[in-house]
Amino acid sequence: MCLAIPGKLIDIEEDPYGVRMGRANFGGIVKRVCLQYTPDVQAGDYVLVHVGFALGKVDEAEAERTYQALKDLEQLDDLNVPGFAEDETYPPVEPRAPRPAVPS
Amino acid sequence: MKYLDEYRNEALAQQILGEIRRTVTRPWVLMEVCGGQTHSIIKYGIDRLLPEEVELVHGPGCPVCVTSLEMIDKAHAIAQRPDVIFCSFGDMLRVPGSQDDLLILKSRGADIRVVYSPIDCLKIARANPEKKVVFFAIGFETTAPANAMAVWQAQQQGLPNFSALVSHVLVPPAISAILESPLNRVQGFLGPGHVCTVMGYEEYEPLAARYHVPIVVSGFEPIDILEGTLMAVRQLEAGTAAVENQYPRIVKREGNPVARDLVGKVFKVCDRKWRGVGSIPQSGYRLREAFRAHDAERIFKVESIDTQEPSVCISGLVLQGVKKPHQCPAFGKQCTPEHPLGATMVSAEGACAAYYAYGRHLPRPNAPQTTPEPAAA
Repeated sequence: MCLAIPGKLIDIEEDPYGVRMGRANFGGIVKRVCLQYTPDVQAGDYVLVHVGFALGKVDEAEAERTYQALKDLEQLDDLNVPGFAEDETYPPVEPRAPRPAVPS
Repeated sequence: MKYLDEYRNEALAQQILGEIRRTVTRPWVLMEVCGGQTHSIIKYGIDRLLPEEVELVHGPGCPVCVTSLEMIDKAHAIAQRPDVIFCSFGDMLRVPGSQDDLLILKSRGADIRVVYSPIDCLKIARANPEKKVVFFAIGFETTAPANAMAVWQAQQQGLPNFSALVSHVLVPPAISAILESPLNRVQGFLGPGHVCTVMGYEEYEPLAARYHVPIVVSGFEPIDILEGTLMAVRQLEAGTAAVENQYPRIVKREGNPVARDLVGKVFKVCDRKWRGVGSIPQSGYRLREAFRAHDAERIFKVESIDTQEPSVCISGLVLQGVKKPHQCPAFGKQCTPEHPLGATMVSAEGACAAYYAYGRHLPRPNAPQTTPEPAAA
């Protein structure tokens, strides 16, 4: 119910009642969205849309920064290759037993 | 799609899972608050990928599920009137009331329409001036700006035939109620990312401090949920209890001030009944006096309907994270999405429906036989 998805704003217009509206593209599906709560967004911005309302702008710099931080985690783990991980400082990670199949 | 696909990257998910395994040293119970997060967790099997020390329990964050039986009965009383066009989000149509559901009423001739957005109701009201157009305004804080705007615009545009049956619920009082319960097992939360898109997360800071629980505002994609889990586990292992934001690409600490402002103008906080849980003080919104001309409860005089809930299913315990869906004897047997006993089986975001949709009522296909296979080297 709180589903909200990011869409790219195509254009902006005012409806006959002065409500700021726009069209957003969600991976090929175009829908009209109300932009009253996002007075600063412009065409080309990504907005987060819930039940036809843009609730906020996707912060592209933050998205990039967070993703990069997670990718760095991956790169750190790449150091954990045989030969490297057998460094005497840290014990190797024990493989885990599979989880029990039947939910308890 | 941009901002979705990259947060479903399997290799990255495995890396974060590895980091969670390296971090955790003892059992922890986390609750994801939002039904959208529950859906993602079961859909992607995240609960089964996590190390067994980390248990995810499912929170009350599905507004369709927690809308009280009494409010459903009020909706049905209004929807059956011949002078009414009753508009609703689609997932409310199959929620069982005391007698029927909205789909059954529709099949008997009631004019019930599914809308994508509450603002669509204004168009219907303009096109049908001889009818009373009623919108079933349910939702958490995420949906409040949209519903508030529909009422606000109806007043601005002079549409006297539009009204809203308001049954809004709020997350922070529900978190308090869960933590106050003597049955509580939850030690940390994945906070509701889209609720906080609107409201920000300042109001969660006193909760984290008072109950000493970490709250990590999290997104809805698998990478978001895994990273939120990692952040919460790190806090639990370190003994800290802060509010953190995993979802800064969307959520700001102050939320969306423009939306909060209009929500505050249209709604005021009130006590609210939650289905399966009971009344929680100051846990909902109702319309302010200035909008009484658009308040369906007053217009149709349904305020006196006072339904008591039968105790046939355990959805209340599921909603509080005390029980899992498959622990209910009716789950997948008498209670299925086609014939739901309780609301958590109705909405796709309800924990029971999510468990059912992804086959959790069936034996696991790769379930071990008598001897478990040895661990992979």
